[in-house]
Amino acid sequence: MKESLSRKITDEPGAEAALSWRRLLPAQISDLISQFAAAGALIVICVALSIASPVFLTLYNLFNIVSQTAVTAIIALGMTFVIITAGIDLSVGSVAALAGVLGVKLMVDLGLSWPLAVLGGTLVGGLAGLANGLLITRARLAPFIATLGMMSVARGLVNIITGATAVFGVPDSFRLLGQGMIDGIPIPLITLAVLAVAAHLLLSRTRLGRYTYAIGSNEEAARLAGIRVGAYLVAVYVLQGLLAGFGGMVAMSRVASGQPNFGDGLELDVIAAAVIGGCSLFGGQGTILGTLIGAFLMAVIRNGAVLLNIDTFTQSVIIGVIIWLAVIWDQFRRRRFAESTR
Amino acid sequence: MPSTSVETEQSPIIRLRKITRRFPGVTAVAEVDLDIYPGEVHVVAGENGAGKSTLMKILYQVERPDAGQIYLNGHPLSFHGPHYARALGVAMVHQEFALAPHLSVAENLFLGREPLRFGFIRRRRELAEARHLLAQVGLDLDPRRLVASLSVAEQQLVEIARAISFNARVLILDEPTATLTEQEIARLFEVIRQLTDQGVAVLYISHRLDEIFQIADRVTVMRDGRVVATLPRAELSEQKLVQLMVGRAITNLYPRPETHPGPVLLRVEELSRRGLLHDCSFEVRAGEILGFAGLIGAGRSELARAVCGADPIDSGRIFLDGQELHIRRPADAIRSGLAYVTEDRKREGLALDLGVDQNITLASLPARLGLLLLRRERTTALRACQRLNIRTPSVRRKARLLSGGNQQKVVVARWLETQARVIFFDEPARGIDVGAKAEMFALIGRLASEGRAIVLISSYLPELLNMCDRIAVMREGRIVGTLSRGQFSEERIIALATGASEVTIP
Repeated sequence: MKESLSRKITDEPGAEAALSWRRLLPAQISDLISQFAAAGALIVICVALSIASPVFLTLYNLFNIVSQTAVTAIIALGMTFVIITAGIDLSVGSVAALAGVLGVKLMVDLGLSWPLAVLGGTLVGGLAGLANGLLITRARLAPFIATLGMMSVARGLVNIITGATAVFGVPDSFRLLGQGMIDGIPIPLITLAVLAVAAHLLLSRTRLGRYTYAIGSNEEAARLAGIRVGAYLVAVYVLQGLLAGFGGMVAMSRVASGQPNFGDGLELDVIAAAVIGGCSLFGGQGTILGTLIGAFLMAVIRNGAVLLNIDTFTQSVIIGVIIWLAVIWDQFRRRRFAESTR
Repeated sequence: MPSTSVETEQSPIIRLRKITRRFPGVTAVAEVDLDIYPGEVHVVAGENGAGKSTLMKILYQVERPDAGQIYLNGHPLSFHGPHYARALGVAMVHQEFALAPHLSVAENLFLGREPLRFGFIRRRRELAEARHLLAQVGLDLDPRRLVASLSVAEQQLVEIARAISFNARVLILDEPTATLTEQEIARLFEVIRQLTDQGVAVLYISHRLDEIFQIADRVTVMRDGRVVATLPRAELSEQKLVQLMVGRAITNLYPRPETHPGPVLLRVEELSRRGLLHDCSFEVRAGEILGFAGLIGAGRSELARAVCGADPIDSGRIFLDGQELHIRRPADAIRSGLAYVTEDRKREGLALDLGVDQNITLASLPARLGLLLLRRERTTALRACQRLNIRTPSVRRKARLLSGGNQQKVVVARWLETQARVIFFDEPARGIDVGAKAEMFALIGRLASEGRAIVLISSYLPELLNMCDRIAVMREGRIVGTLSRGQFSEERIIALATGASEVTIP
């Protein structure tokens, strides 16, 4: 007994260090893997498609993919923030339509120049986000409910305003935003890249970003640490609204008109992009890079399906399965995590 | 094997032989031999991470052992999971209860095995049997009540009633008293005694030394996954038990700190919050440790929360250095130099998915031009870890992965970074092991000697009696007395806290 006692004591420091290092590694590795699981899937599918179809790896097709997914990806940048706070925004599709149509009307009815109209449309989105944020923090509605209501309200408003018909007559220059090129690179790609970098910095290098994680991880702890949780939550929903509004403008530019029925079901694509990219609906986890990968994974699958003549219904099934796999992976990771903490 | 009187009379109901369970990188349980006899209260003691909980989970068949054999009444058991264990008469009451809050007590008791007739639940029979079970644990309440409306202690007794209803012969209780008041603990112990009188073996995991000596027949001490000793209570002293648990002698758990109270730093006047706090006034001096004693629910945490802006107040004034503060939210309190180390660090203290560094700087993020200064954050965190002896392989490690004691230190580190001058500690030693406890109290003493004002809330009187310069006692939302060091006595505090007999303190 005595002997084993003294042995224990000498063992202790070394043993603890070794033990905690080992316990740390799997978590970090699986963190990496979870990022690369989606990235890996993306690469594998890209390689497979470039073998299966000669068209896939052409610049024209790749730019096409980017342009098609840019709107989804831009809005998903905001969704990343929202989901990290353990929230959700179901209204992004409707808000994008409302903001886009109002932005188009600013040009058509008031003759505003297109940059001002884009700014206006973006601000409309921001206002919707503000309403969402206040409903969540002041009226204490669950994010699901607040934004479900907004989804219906915004869709209703855009149909009232337009009489449910498309708005035509935008200036040609407006096409630049969604269809233009700079040095052969599509403007939506450049826009997305700039916004993604900005969102990444916002999330990883500013108070807003840090508090987004803190609120999602433990709202009460964040509040007691002096964080004005309500204000930051409102900021996050406003940010989501602004991005939805801007995304709506990009979408309208692509079709050079105001389409009141745009974005029906878009919110599900946006949420799927974030979730496939590793955002946890329980909050506290997610990255901009992951969300981008998620968005592109879905876009590439859709594109590949078109190239390989797979019908849209089958595409839908494939996307659904991918969502399942992504979340199953996420939960598997969590469980390992829980076990390693004992 | 130590021989006890019980052992010679009976054969063990449970016999563990060479049980081993490894996790990646850790051997949580190593070659454990353990005999449990019918009718005994067998306490399993040890620090956090010693392997107690894992061992209990193996017995309850939540965890599969990597090696070793469990015998029930001499028969070797195979592994089939908790259902199997329960069918054999092994029941476990977890630290976090597994009751459905929106169902009634009766519905919970018979969850998964409702008495049926033609596919319909026989509600009257269910209620009758529920009443019978509740009576067995001395719980007098309507089984139709929702579990959500019960107190923690009542929920626990419901859990025990459910365990009994499976005809449990072995009952495992994992730190059952962590959130109970003294009276509730006494009642729990009565129930435990009744059960052992009926021949049930009770396995009892605990940290609290006073309890161990109150309830145990035999004590098994674990350390680093191994059984260090199994001894009858009579052969144990508090000193010896601590030494076995920690592996070294701890001379004094609560070193009386050298404090030199200076001028009054924080003064609270007639603070009220409807239904919870009534005209609470107190003051703390710089360098002083003021204790708050009282039963659970007496309003101690509520008072701390109200002063620190976590909850709104209806009336009352708060002064720091003679200047009146207007605190409406935690941010205001933090800016003024108040800090509140919460009782429940997992629910209210830590962002568990964030790193140690991010948790430490949560209330004082260094930023310039809107951008976080990540390098400064890192050096701040490293310095804090060193200063408070926070043991983590990396400051970026998620807070979730730290031990309780280290988590607690991370929360304290956060408040030290805000340059807090008044720190409220709410049950700082709850759920952390003996070694970490001693460190935590030494730290609190050091903070006081640096000139900070400390408010220490604790339900464990020896902590208060040793640490504090003065102790305020609360009852039903009121401060009913304040004792200075010369007036300290456990009896006096309990009398004040319970209102048992009015002791007038000049």
